[in-house]
Amino acid sequence: MYVAVKGGEKAIRNAHRLLAHKRRGDRTVPDLTLAQIAEQLSLSVARVMAEGSLYDLELAALAIKQSRGDLIEAIFLLRAYRTTLPRFGYSLPLDTGDMLVRRRISATYKDLPGGQLLGPTFDYTHRLLDFSLAAEGGVPPERPELAKIDDDDAKIPRVTDLLGQEGLIEADRPAGETDDGDVGDLTREPLSFPADRDLRLQNLARGDEGFLLALGYSTQRGYGRTHPFAGEIRFGEVEVEFFAEELGFAVPLGRVQVTECQMVNQFQGSAKAPPQFTRGYGLVFGQSERKAMSMALVDRALRAAELGEEEIAPAQDQEFVLSHSDNVQATGFVEHLKLPHYVDFQAELDLVRRMRREWQERQTAEAGDARQEAAE
Amino acid sequence: MAAEAGTDGDTEPETLTERRRALMGLLAGAHVGELASAWAAIARQPAYRVIRAPETGLVMLRGRAGGGGKPFNLGEATVTRAVVALETGETGFAYALGRDKKKALFSALFDALWQRADHRDAVETLLARPLAEARRKADAETKSETTATRVDFFTMVRGED
Repeated sequence: MYVAVKGGEKAIRNAHRLLAHKRRGDRTVPDLTLAQIAEQLSLSVARVMAEGSLYDLELAALAIKQSRGDLIEAIFLLRAYRTTLPRFGYSLPLDTGDMLVRRRISATYKDLPGGQLLGPTFDYTHRLLDFSLAAEGGVPPERPELAKIDDDDAKIPRVTDLLGQEGLIEADRPAGETDDGDVGDLTREPLSFPADRDLRLQNLARGDEGFLLALGYSTQRGYGRTHPFAGEIRFGEVEVEFFAEELGFAVPLGRVQVTECQMVNQFQGSAKAPPQFTRGYGLVFGQSERKAMSMALVDRALRAAELGEEEIAPAQDQEFVLSHSDNVQATGFVEHLKLPHYVDFQAELDLVRRMRREWQERQTAEAGDARQEAAE
Repeated sequence: MAAEAGTDGDTEPETLTERRRALMGLLAGAHVGELASAWAAIARQPAYRVIRAPETGLVMLRGRAGGGGKPFNLGEATVTRAVVALETGETGFAYALGRDKKKALFSALFDALWQRADHRDAVETLLARPLAEARRKADAETKSETTATRVDFFTMVRGED
């Protein structure tokens, strides 16, 4: 029997009203502006754009405000919003070698063209709370130090491009490979297995930072070890270009900020390939080094089959990794458990009651048999 | 693919298409206020009609595996586009990241206006050059800030003297 239950409308309406009130918080405290969020919580904004898979600073800031700072809720809001917009097409691939670099480091080569550029980083800070930030109307920080630029237009080459020539590190692509062929798009076609690297990278790029961090960490601790080195991490702005059919040329659309990580991994070689360094790749919207590094570790781990490595660890299992990386899907399934399951549970209750009754009856019968045997 | 876009402002793009691309790149990076005031300063504004009203949609941004390998879909970005036609026949297009519809309209107008020989100089002088100069300055400042954080492994003495 199915019984429709109504009656939550008023409670829901009032709960939403209460939520809006709580979101605003103490009304004597100034309301947060989107510009404040975008400017001063920029790494939260970056995470929401990356995992929401939608680059728009203002929308991400709005989502963070609306979600009271719950970033997964904010990511959910962006994912929902994108479904309301038409798709104009695909950009040309971003050229990260032509980045306006704000940070670039290599853990493998000390001296390299362009140098080690620390940029705005938490690294080398002491992780001590800075109480000067707690003071209202405090002294603004010093302006950044400026240094003379040697060559205004010098590009900063990717480390992997510099070292690829020797053949010690695998190339970006096998010789002769072209851009021909479709690029998988999991916003258009649901994921199926085995998934090629293009789909895996798309999945990881929008995957949950915490999940990828844990998986990347697991490979370091021995569950699918890949002996990684951070070949290069760079963060900055790249130009987006879109080929407009009606114009017949690629139009520059403006710039986006991305973080790129080139992980360089030891490889013993196989029957087909000589020993050389292999690579894992991470590319993420905004400044998000932890995510880009985790993505690169997991990308490399997921290449196990391609490189003829034994697949023994969770991070090497693409069905496990790719099916559980999306925090919107994950939160949807975990959190749906709190929705009413009254009828399901009623059925379970009836079942457990019946099983208990039968169990009782069996117990009583067995006890009766035992008494009878003892009496005989 | 025309990868060597002359959008830095300090390079002189060769062909008309390259110059137009450069202008569109500057328009895409501009603030709507800059476009509005440049439009106000244009003498002999031609009449125009809107062919495609400003519309916001998505472009899927692509990266390359390893930076230079096979393309993959990185994630989407909001993009706003518009098309206008001048009474004199030129059609102007706008495409830019973001959701600013007013900016798309101004950008399409400037793209159309630039195609007219008698307005090109005005567009370049009032808009393109100042935008390119502002961008060059901003980029130089970014590079300068970043360069100040370069690790110098060998030299113990830093700075002047």
